[in-house]
Amino acid sequence: MNTFLAAALAGAAMAVSVGGAQAQTGGLLATIKSKGVLTCGVGPGLAGFGIPDQAGNWTGLDVDLCRALSAAIFNDPTKIKFIPLSSKDRFTALQSGEVDLLSRTTTWTMSRDTSLGLNFAGVNYYDGQGFMVRKKLGVDSAIKLAGASICTEQGTTTELNVADYFRSNKLKYEVVAFASSVETIAAYESGRCDAYTTDSSGLYAQRLKLAVPADHIVLPDIISKEPLGPVVRHGDDNWFDVVKWTHNAMLNAEELGVTKANLDEMLKSENPEIKRLLGTEGKFGEAIGLTNDWAVRIIKHVGNYGESFERNVGMASQLKIARGLNALWTKGGLQYAAPIR
Amino acid sequence: MTDATIENAPYAFVRKETLPQESPPLSVAGPLAWIRANLFSGPVNSLMTLVCVYIVVTSVPDLVRFYLIDAVWSGANRDACLADKVGRPVGACWAYIADRFQYFIYGSYPIPQRWRVNIVFAMFALGIVWLLWDRMPLKKVGFFFFFVLLPISAYLLLLGGPAAEGFLRTLLILTFALMAIYLVLSFVPGLARFWIGPAFLAVEEALPPWKRFYRVKRLILLSLVVLGVIAILADSAGLPRVDTGLWGGMVVTFLISAVGIVFSLPLGVMLALGRRSRLPIIQFLSVVFIEFVRGVPLITVLFMANTMLPLFVPQEYSPDRLLRPLVGVALFAAAYMAEVIRGGLQAIPKGQYEGAMSLGLGYWSMMRLIILPQALRIVIPGIVNTFIGLFKDSTLVTIVGIFDFLRTIEATLVDPTWATPTTRATGYAFAAVFYFLCCWGMSRYSIAVEQRLAAGQRR
Repeated sequence: MNTFLAAALAGAAMAVSVGGAQAQTGGLLATIKSKGVLTCGVGPGLAGFGIPDQAGNWTGLDVDLCRALSAAIFNDPTKIKFIPLSSKDRFTALQSGEVDLLSRTTTWTMSRDTSLGLNFAGVNYYDGQGFMVRKKLGVDSAIKLAGASICTEQGTTTELNVADYFRSNKLKYEVVAFASSVETIAAYESGRCDAYTTDSSGLYAQRLKLAVPADHIVLPDIISKEPLGPVVRHGDDNWFDVVKWTHNAMLNAEELGVTKANLDEMLKSENPEIKRLLGTEGKFGEAIGLTNDWAVRIIKHVGNYGESFERNVGMASQLKIARGLNALWTKGGLQYAAPIR
Repeated sequence: MTDATIENAPYAFVRKETLPQESPPLSVAGPLAWIRANLFSGPVNSLMTLVCVYIVVTSVPDLVRFYLIDAVWSGANRDACLADKVGRPVGACWAYIADRFQYFIYGSYPIPQRWRVNIVFAMFALGIVWLLWDRMPLKKVGFFFFFVLLPISAYLLLLGGPAAEGFLRTLLILTFALMAIYLVLSFVPGLARFWIGPAFLAVEEALPPWKRFYRVKRLILLSLVVLGVIAILADSAGLPRVDTGLWGGMVVTFLISAVGIVFSLPLGVMLALGRRSRLPIIQFLSVVFIEFVRGVPLITVLFMANTMLPLFVPQEYSPDRLLRPLVGVALFAAAYMAEVIRGGLQAIPKGQYEGAMSLGLGYWSMMRLIILPQALRIVIPGIVNTFIGLFKDSTLVTIVGIFDFLRTIEATLVDPTWATPTTRATGYAFAAVFYFLCCWGMSRYSIAVEQRLAAGQRR
């Protein structure tokens, strides 16, 4: 009884003083290994990023990152407990230790990174606010939306971003705001306004709900920065590294052309960068508490970043989002992973 | 002089034969009279009838066309429900419901393990029919089945894993031990005198051995059969642990409602008795609990349980994410139930209490035999009202990330595989039908029970 009380009190103290909780007990990675399951906080359902499919399995770009971690740790992409979290309770769940990481379209902002006691382990999707208009309007850029009425959701940063954008470009506009995304898209479809705005990844999903999606186009302009990425809590640098380098390994694999399909050939490659990635040279995996073939496991079970992107949100999916900002830096995008060296 | 009779009184007007029966006038019987009495009995009613007819005429054809005539019944993905792909106006997309139906029932429960859920569903249905249908025999065995065996089986089957299997083993050994004890007792009943009074023992001893203690023996036998079947299933198919995070859909909706309903009634009775108790501490605690719980919204309770609790309790000791709202919902409903039952207790005249006491009944016997049966009968509408409210409130668990039935529908609405203009209307219509059928069923059953129990009062 006494030991239980002591443990309870110590645990409560650790949980309340956010972070540091796991550092004293051999790290979160060791805890996850001994529990045999990774607890991953996902969204409550966002097409392409985290959504249960017909059989109830979670799929999506954010979910693939959890699967990659599970593959790297357990050589099995299914040893995950998914906890769906709403925007309200996601940070509390992470801080209290109920989830090991948060992978649910969370925008990296300074206040979250610092005062909330969190660490962003990278950016797995560069999002930004975009516009959708009717094709017959003949507009091909947001700058030509002068005088347009714009449908958006009330009380969001979206509304403020629109105001910023039009003010700074000295354009006239009229905002028509609604309480929910359902009403907003319905109002846009009924012709209440000329343009519809939300995060561009969401625009594609919303477009599918319109009667004739082909009549509408998403403008190429992005008027705000929304870097989305996986989040861990302060206080466990090793776990932070594991998450960060899992993401980086997927990016590096794409850059080096290592895919699920050609993995076996690549294991025989003489390219030193590929050898370091796949663990045939050096001990990079062991340095972060995993095995040296950690990246092999990730690619075998999940694939590289490009494969994950195409499967979940890209051309192979219903959303058909172009790589755009999320292309590799070698192809004009922003996805740039530090080298494994 | 002759006697005046009907025959020889020529001027008297006396009917000699019975007139044939005529049908009642149109204004009193027949469809026209029914319409007049029920639909147009006065200017206000006539107006209301016309308004209702207008609403029906304007909305029903459209609804029928949308949900039935123009509806799409089969298809593999959104293309089946897009007007430009099928070349006709498209109404409700029932193909989407058909495609995701399994998900609505089981949530993310692993497909190879879903037979376990089916067994629990079947047992639940059997228990419900056994208890609720008037003509089913052996009500007391049914009671034992529903309130003891079913929860244990549900725990063993739905959750599974090493802990559950260990529990199952312990239970089986226990049941076998009880069986052996009662087998011995059947032949040597004298051994039971430690816990059975001499009068009851004499009754048992008078029976032939196989009939002695049959009330207990049949319960043990039933437990042995149920647990044995589960053990055989566990042995042949295995019961790997299915984490509660994977549970979803109707399973979770029924689980939350059933737990809430089953626990809130006895808890509510205790709280209501406590509130009327003359023992100050018990009364005070009951009042504090009831008033506190009624003073906070259910959402707050759920939010505290699933978002704040983990901050105070270390991870190793923090209860399961599904268990927390289960407890929260049950306690919440219990507070409301307590007030409903207290209303019934207050309606019982003082004479009933005094009569019971004058018979020499103690507090618990008085409550069990005299007061509660009358009080509960009075408040059946209130109790069922609370149950129906609880059933619908179970959808609130979605805000703490639990995928109940409604949430599984909402989760599929964002899925681009079925993103069409009519998917949303279809999904919510399906949810409405499900909730309506459940609530309406509960309400009809309560009316039937009321009528059955009120037979003595009918005037």
